[in-house]
Amino acid sequence: MSHPTTMLLTARDIHKRFGALVVLEGVDFSVAHDEAVGIVGPNGAGKTTLLSILSGAQPSSSGAVAYRERDVTTLDSAARCRLGIVRTHQIPRPFGGMTVFENVFVAAANGRCKRAEAYDRVVDALALCGMSEVANRRAETLGLLDRKRLELARALGADPGLLLLDEIGGGLTDAEASELVEAIQELRRRRIAVVWIEHIVHILLQVVDRLVCMDAGRVIADGEPRAVMADPAVVEAYLGGDVHGAA
Amino acid sequence: MTWINQIIQGVLLGGYYALIACGLSFLFSVMRIINLAHGSLAVLAAYALFWLADRFGVSPILGLVAVLPAMAILGWLLQKTILERSARSGRLVPVLSTFGLAIVIDNLLFQAYGADTRSLAPFVGSLSYDSFDLSDDVSLGTLALITFVTAVAMLGGLQLFLTRTPLGRAIRATAEDPDTVGLLGINAGRVNAVAMSIAMVTVGVAGFFMAVRATFAPYAGAAQLLFAFESAVIGGVGSLWGTLIGGIVLGVAQSLGAQLHPQGFLIAGHLTFLAVVLARLTLAARGGRLRAWIGGAR
Repeated sequence: MSHPTTMLLTARDIHKRFGALVVLEGVDFSVAHDEAVGIVGPNGAGKTTLLSILSGAQPSSSGAVAYRERDVTTLDSAARCRLGIVRTHQIPRPFGGMTVFENVFVAAANGRCKRAEAYDRVVDALALCGMSEVANRRAETLGLLDRKRLELARALGADPGLLLLDEIGGGLTDAEASELVEAIQELRRRRIAVVWIEHIVHILLQVVDRLVCMDAGRVIADGEPRAVMADPAVVEAYLGGDVHGAA
Repeated sequence: MTWINQIIQGVLLGGYYALIACGLSFLFSVMRIINLAHGSLAVLAAYALFWLADRFGVSPILGLVAVLPAMAILGWLLQKTILERSARSGRLVPVLSTFGLAIVIDNLLFQAYGADTRSLAPFVGSLSYDSFDLSDDVSLGTLALITFVTAVAMLGGLQLFLTRTPLGRAIRATAEDPDTVGLLGINAGRVNAVAMSIAMVTVGVAGFFMAVRATFAPYAGAAQLLFAFESAVIGGVGSLWGTLIGGIVLGVAQSLGAQLHPQGFLIAGHLTFLAVVLARLTLAARGGRLRAWIGGAR
């Protein structure tokens, strides 16, 4: 935070209220260029809401979001996506009646590039997510792992500079999750910044440079991942349990 | 031979029904909106063509050059001013607001043109009654044939557009999940406005053929809506090729009905419609693959 000009994304003093319910209470959050940030915290901490506000899917009650030194607070999700902020859903939401290829194509061809370029990007995203084999299947016939992969592939199709991942590893076996980890590590090599919400902390620790822990609408720890996991406040937030098993 | 002739005439009539159902079916599949002003908008386009022809002597075919873009703009405006707002309030509200729109259009046309029936037939030379003989018993109307070909071209073109082009795919994705396309950089509101414009262009074309092949009056929209609706439902709502088949089924049923009894034309069409709906409900209750097939999977 000391060098805001070097930051890819900066969110300042984000508040979110739903009537009397306060979900976010003054959250400061930033992502540096090429950085991978993990967000952990108990259910109801406000992680997904924060992601929605960063992606523009929901407006914040107050506070400001800047991306590449540009104020994007008033931009909707479509405009932010075109700038490069792309998110995935916790529960995959494929366009069920369309093929896997078309799902990614819709994201790739949102008016910014030529069709050939969009095709290349779709092929690349599908290959990276291991979905080339099922490219012509209708998305509604996919199982959970493939839906999660498609969610990632579709986000990649949109050519992100900052990828916001919401529990993309949830419900997967260890082997399946490590495939996802590999895909995401490849993204990092391509210098795409990542913000990843995940309950399965040991997966997260394989990828992220920095860990943020949230509880009850606030950031309670922010720093080197293992240091954050050892932080007494974080341990307390997980009800004093063994943090590695508490997910 | 008479029966074969009736079937052929029915198929051609079905092309016309598919043509007027095209926009209705497209709008339903794209935006899940049942546009009850569909028939009235077609009549409106017909009056616009009539006005150009009557006042300025512009041939209706040439008039389409002006009227179709005007319909596209009208579609955009309707989407932004009426449909987008009403769609936010649930599924029933667009039905009610388009019903209200139909009443407004009908009565404005009545105010402007009175109850006289009009036709564009006098403005297109002999096109409305030209025909050629296939055999002694079977002759085909040139206009009916053009209508049929136009219907196939329009439905096929829309189908290709939806499955092959970036915009078409964006329209389908928006139909499935407008929130998610927003997260992928697509402006759902704009996509829907474009879709509505496209639908209105097809309505303009339908209005042209309606007005050339027969007569129209300010309150003619409801009957057009009814046939369009029956065609779309018989073919499986939201399926474009299904709409073509639905139109043909309806046309053939009416044509054969007329052969059976002088007043059997409408009755046979409506009965076929009811039979299809009942059959589909029965199959839906049983579930299974047949239902997906007959229900017109996209």
